[in-house]
Amino acid sequence: MLRKSIVWIVFAIVLLVLPQIFTSIFSISIFTQMTIAIVFALSYNMLLGQGGMLSFGHAVYFGLGGFLAVHALMMIENEEMMFSVTLIPLVGGLFGLIAALFIGSFSTHKAGTVFAMISLGMGELIAASSLILVSFFGGEAGVSGDRTYGPPFFGYDFAQGIEVYYLAAAWMFVATLCMYLFTQTPAGRMANAVRDNPERAEFIGYSARRVRFISFAMAGFFAGIAGGLFAVNYEILTEENLNAASSGRVLLMAYIGGLGFFIGPIVGAIVLTLINSLLSNYTTLWMLYLGILFVLTVMFLPRGLTGFLMMHRVPWHLGKLRLLAVPYTLTSMPGAVFLLGLVAMIEMSHASGSEFVYLGIALNPDGYGSWAFLLAVTGVAFYVLRLTLPRLRDAWSEANTITRKPDHAAKESGGQS
Amino acid sequence: MIEVLIFATLNGLVTGLLLFMLASGLTLIFSMMGVLNFAHASFYMLGAYFAYSISLYTGFWPALIIAPILVGLVGALVERYGLRRVHKSGHVAELIFTFGLAFLIEEAVQFFWGRSTMNYRSPDILNFPLFTLFGQNFPAYKAFMIFISVSIFIGLYYVLTRTRIGIIIQAAITHPNTVANLGHNVPFIFMAVFGAGSGLAGLAGVIAGPVLTTFPGMAVVLGSIVFVIVVIGGLGSLGGALVASLLIGLLQSYAIASNLGMPDLLNLLGVSFASDHPLNDIWRLTLPQIAPILPFLLLVLVLIFRPSGLFGKRES
Repeated sequence: MLRKSIVWIVFAIVLLVLPQIFTSIFSISIFTQMTIAIVFALSYNMLLGQGGMLSFGHAVYFGLGGFLAVHALMMIENEEMMFSVTLIPLVGGLFGLIAALFIGSFSTHKAGTVFAMISLGMGELIAASSLILVSFFGGEAGVSGDRTYGPPFFGYDFAQGIEVYYLAAAWMFVATLCMYLFTQTPAGRMANAVRDNPERAEFIGYSARRVRFISFAMAGFFAGIAGGLFAVNYEILTEENLNAASSGRVLLMAYIGGLGFFIGPIVGAIVLTLINSLLSNYTTLWMLYLGILFVLTVMFLPRGLTGFLMMHRVPWHLGKLRLLAVPYTLTSMPGAVFLLGLVAMIEMSHASGSEFVYLGIALNPDGYGSWAFLLAVTGVAFYVLRLTLPRLRDAWSEANTITRKPDHAAKESGGQS
Repeated sequence: MIEVLIFATLNGLVTGLLLFMLASGLTLIFSMMGVLNFAHASFYMLGAYFAYSISLYTGFWPALIIAPILVGLVGALVERYGLRRVHKSGHVAELIFTFGLAFLIEEAVQFFWGRSTMNYRSPDILNFPLFTLFGQNFPAYKAFMIFISVSIFIGLYYVLTRTRIGIIIQAAITHPNTVANLGHNVPFIFMAVFGAGSGLAGLAGVIAGPVLTTFPGMAVVLGSIVFVIVVIGGLGSLGGALVASLLIGLLQSYAIASNLGMPDLLNLLGVSFASDHPLNDIWRLTLPQIAPILPFLLLVLVLIFRPSGLFGKRES
């Protein structure tokens, strides 16, 4: 209990201190995007990771919540309503909840393919309707508001980016805590049971459908909160925020981060936001890299980035983590050269002009020399990489075997294999 | 009125049969591996792009043959080195893999061919009006599309029900272990079916590219509709896929051709609303406007009231 509280306190301190270390407007805007993405990805994980419901239309709740939040902002601006901007995410959350209660009432009968297809259909339906119902969704242009009109909150009017960050971070902290606590409630536990074996859960006397419905409604609520935060941050929502591409992006975040762990979607949201905002400054092809990353993750790390880190728990408990240090270094050096070479070739094939500078090396996209050079470097790196793999494999199996101190080790790693 | 009806029917038939070429492969793959392949429409897009690039060198007709074969090979490689690897992580992982693949193929297409629309045209020999009815032309190319789709359907039906290969495939769907015990290479059959299904999608892309334009978003446009068809028809049912394809094709085509809408309905009922009514958007809806969402509406309704689809077997 104490250890867990310490984790949360550290988390809060990190949230407070981060914008004091990285003070530029750009980094604060990235932090705000991260907090929104974290809430959204965690809410998605309530469906897929904890409830076993694969949704292809989760952005609907994010978007609907966001749209209503913008309308609430406009009402504050027109003085039809008077409440603090700090409560806007709650407006979004409540509307996301209402939408999820309605859609969940018929979509949670079954999990699996039927659920996935209904979510896809509803997603497309609502995204397409949003272009038709212009008065609420604003058509192609979307709807926009202004967050600075509400009554000031302890003197802050949220005109500055950093004020918005603290607002978003506070909401994110509370939402994350609530979502974590939800996993500890009987409802959250039953969601796991229904995910793993709905038949058994029904035999104990729980309605699998009702359990799924509760998870679904909660996921809609938190997605709506994320949408409300988005509305406060960007002050505009368009059809793009609730269409299939957005639904796909949140699936990507949760999956790359790791579905099986509470912290997984947080990792995924942070990594993807970083890729999104940093990589896109350097290359126009970042979406291609993202696609490659996603496919490779599904193929080689089915438990995501967090799952990869957690794989090291057994060597850690056995005290053998240092056995891996040398093989990791040996493999990662040619691996990095190989990746850099591939990226160089991809980038060079899209470079305009006759000069292409990559990592300080001037290359000529039109000449055969540069191509031959890159091919040779990448090829040699790949060959060396292959050579190092057996050693890594041996070290890995060695690090996961109990040899010395059998009593102590067996006790430590008990129940983990 | 009658000429609108006839042309709407013909256009609906063209779209419906085209959709069937995609849906047939998708539903075959599903009944075999239990995977709904999100990347199926991406293979359709690849078919159009391959055919465009090949037709630059050889003209349309060789491309019609070569491009689907290439797409089929890509599909077989994806099954062998991608899907088979992911299979052990379960169905959700497989679904997510194909989803990521669709994303990746779209990005790859933009990488190789760029974001703009390709100037992929139908061959000159088919650029004439086949017949003129009530002063409207029906292009010969559309008749060619109907011809190809129908012959594919007949060929597929023949292969699956009348040949030894078809019997082995059907047996491998229901009893893979028994088929393996009889000495057939079941993983190879899976790969071949996946490749053939992708190839069919590629062929659909080759013949649809000139009409529906070849651009990086063409997979997204058709992808979810093909899903709708497969689910409405009943997962794994070829006959259901045919009926649902024609249904969706005709439905959309009639909806676009008609000029009816809510105003007509309100007139009929004698109701009217002021133009500043909050639901004004709804009172002014017309059928052509909602044509794109009709398939999804149908999908949700079918899933709520008959989750197994029109022709699907009861879920186990």
